[in-house]
Parts: sequence; C-alpha cells; structure tokens
Amino acid sequence: MTNIKLTIPSMSDYVGVARLTASGIANRMKFTHEDIEDIKIAVSEACTNAVQYAYGDSPGEIELAFSMFEDKLEIKISDSGKGFDVEADVKTKEDDPEKIGLGLGIVFMRSLMDHVDYDTSANGTTVTLVKKVSS
Amino acid sequence: MLYFGKITVRLKNRGERGGNMVLDLNVSIRENNNIPVIDLEGEIDVYTYPKLSDALQYVFETYPNAKDLIVNLDKIRYIDSTGLGVIANGANQIKKINEGYINIINATPQIKKIFDVSGLISANFKIFDSEEDAVTNLSK
Repeated sequence: MTNIKLTIPSMSDYVGVARLTASGIANRMKFTHEDIEDIKIAVSEACTNAVQYAYGDSPGEIELAFSMFEDKLEIKISDSGKGFDVEADVKTKEDDPEKIGLGLGIVFMRSLMDHVDYDTSANGTTVTLVKKVSS
Repeated sequence: MLYFGKITVRLKNRGERGGNMVLDLNVSIRENNNIPVIDLEGEIDVYTYPKLSDALQYVFETYPNAKDLIVNLDKIRYIDSTGLGVIANGANQIKKINEGYINIINATPQIKKIFDVSGLISANFKIFDSEEDAVTNLSK
C-alpha cells in the first residue's frame, strides 16, 4: 500500500487542487477514465462540504489521505471543524431550492463511489471514500 | 458575441503534462435565433460557480421575456453539484417567471451521467445533443 497526503486551506480556491491530485493518483492506479471522473467529483464534493460547513468564517485546513491498495483507492478527507448531521443536511438542502447543490454533493458521493462513510463530531468530520479498481 | 466582461478572468497553471491547465470558468453570452445562449469553458465548481450564477442573472435581466435559454457545455470539462445547483436554481427561476426552460447542449457522457444521478433532468431541464437540434426544436 502506498500513502499520499495533502493538506489544503478550507477555501474554495483550493478544491480544484485536491481534485487534480485525486485525478493524478487515480490515473497512476490505472482506473478507467469514467472512474477517474467519478473520483474527482466525489473528492471535490467532500472538500466542498468542508469548505462550506466546517469552519464558519475562519478557514482552517482540510487533510486528504490517499491510500493506494492493489484493488482499491481509499481517500480520507478530514477537517477539524464543527461537524454536521449528514442525513439532516441532505434533507434540508433538498427542501431548499437555493441550496440544492449542497445536498446533491452527498448524493453524488454515494452514487459514484463504492463505499462512503462519515465520521462526524463536534471536533470535526472525516469522510471516507472508496473506489474499487475495475477488474 | 457578447463577452461577459466581468467574468472572463482566466487563471492558467502548469498542467500535469506541462501544458496549460485552466482551473477557471470563462463565460460569454450571445444569441441564436433570438434565443440567449451562454457559452461556458473550463470547470464549474465551488470556486467558479458564482460566475455562472452572475451570467444567469444577467440573462434574466437582459431578456426578461425569454421562454428559453441555452447553456452550452461544449467546453466544460468538469461540473459538480455546485454547478448543477446553480443551473437548477436558474431553471426554477425561468420557469417561475416565463414558464420557460433551461436547455443544456453538448454535454459529455460524464456530465449527462451526473445530471442523471441528480434526478433533475425531467423536472428542470431539457437536454439536446447539439445547438442546431435545440434551436430547431425550440423555434417550432
């Protein structure tokens, strides 16, 4: 297993950097073009949630830990912010057309990855994304 | 073609293979057969989506009676939930004002896939393969 770590400021400017890093790693692992696009979206959505919810008006850091296994890529995206209720968040955003994009982010992660897990508390949130290499 | 001046700022960085990699969104606005068309180039994410939002508001103000608006994704390489959210909000707006639609053209298979996953297509948008196809159908 190979590990790669990246830390970005929780600012919208840097979400693209996380996305490109994920793309480069997935490319190195020989994921298909379609899978790479799925991974880019899922990573971007997790970072976007951290940018928008985790720290309020004072930006903090988002840590990305990529673990490259032979048969899968596991990505942990962590912040040290205030945490959020995933299910309530999806529901609220789906009911509010002004914020429809935000609830969709969670829908996309769940639809595009093989496994998604949230560990959220008052001390921060870690989203774990797993994509299996197609055999 | 009208270039939407305040949102054409372009940032270029070095790409993975040494080429230019644009991590930004360029927007321009024009008409085709009296239908406003928004041409987009680049990536739509949490950083760039305000430019798309501004462009949609500009079109709604400039064409207050428009029943249709075309959004050209031909040069869009990436869009996520923030971009879809802005387009969905725009679609709600044009529907409310004029019973109109946002018409998406030239979406890649990957972008069509995420429209599909979002479940928003039937409710909010029409999708056409090409601009010609859209203009022909919308002008009927």
